[in-house]
Amino acid sequence: MNSNIKRRLYFFLVSLVVVLIVGQFVFKSLKKNTIYFFSPSDLYNSTEIPNGLIRIGGMVKNDSIKKSGNQYKFIITDKQNEISVNYSGIKPNLFVEGQGAVVEGKLTSRTSLTASKILAKHDENYMPKEVADALKKSGDWKKKYGK
Amino acid sequence: MFNFLNSKNFRDFHDHYLYWVKISFLSLLIFGLIIALFISPADYLQGDTVRIMYVHVPASWLALQIYAVMSVCSFVTLIFKTRVFTIIAKSVAPIGFTFSLISLFTGSVWGQPTWGTFWTWDARLTSMLILVIFYVIYIMTWRIVSKFHLAEKLTSIISLIGLANLPIIKFSVDWWNTLHQPATIKLTESSTIHPSMLTPLVLMFLSFLAFSVIVFLIRFKFESLKMKINKNK
Repeated sequence: MNSNIKRRLYFFLVSLVVVLIVGQFVFKSLKKNTIYFFSPSDLYNSTEIPNGLIRIGGMVKNDSIKKSGNQYKFIITDKQNEISVNYSGIKPNLFVEGQGAVVEGKLTSRTSLTASKILAKHDENYMPKEVADALKKSGDWKKKYGK
Repeated sequence: MFNFLNSKNFRDFHDHYLYWVKISFLSLLIFGLIIALFISPADYLQGDTVRIMYVHVPASWLALQIYAVMSVCSFVTLIFKTRVFTIIAKSVAPIGFTFSLISLFTGSVWGQPTWGTFWTWDARLTSMLILVIFYVIYIMTWRIVSKFHLAEKLTSIISLIGLANLPIIKFSVDWWNTLHQPATIKLTESSTIHPSMLTPLVLMFLSFLAFSVIVFLIRFKFESLKMKINKNK
């Protein structure tokens, strides 16, 4: 290797180390500020109830959706804590019981929220309907997907 | 060093094999589209919306992989000053840019019926938008800076800075709470997709890859000949 390449390589390595150190700090602060949604347990454990818009994510509890007109009442759970949600409007296709959802709105108390927006969360499982039915029938569903 | 990567070799490959790459692209695309749109089953939850995935996922993969190729070539450009790599990086950039746009577009078309929103500022979507911005800055710098030696340095540095974004995109769904679902196809664990849906996905990916090779070969030949002419002036 000639000396010019060596010099540039050293320069690159030094700047890489500097960037990595700076990046480490940026990443740490990002990790705190880029929370897209909180879980019901996060809320339960928080010392004060946050004001203003907040996003809560979890699973829509089975048999919890009550619908009248375009008014929805349902419960978001993370299997430890729950939060009941009121919402009026149109729901996304994938918003069904037993699936993940994120609701955005204002807290009325520590365990209830009035949502202005609901977003359905899709998980990483893709399969045809027959396979899903067969899995549910044989009881392997719970083992594989924990629902 | 890197003598085997002569730009003439790439041009020869273009002249001799472009036809065959085109044939394989077309057959993969037709075959892939028929399976993706008609033969593969609808998803148990999403129904037919799942078919958007067969375009969205290959486009997103290629957007990331092409950026990685671009950055490696930029690294070699900066350290070893090997001209071929500069031309490779310059030639692949618009391909990756196009795929990243396709990824964002098909993503929001899928997101509207499934999530209930076109766009949201979660970590995956935001970092993908940053990738698009890096592609734009990279391509614009080549256009704006007229001195070749300066442009070559600037674009390489820009591309290497943007490289830090790639692991953020890839792991954003694991590191943070995001609306976007985590990866379905994993290298270390078994995938959570049914084989009947994996086949069209792989075919579509291969056809997009063949398309990238076609555009790359054409662009590479154009760029390297342009440079040759400028040198002889």
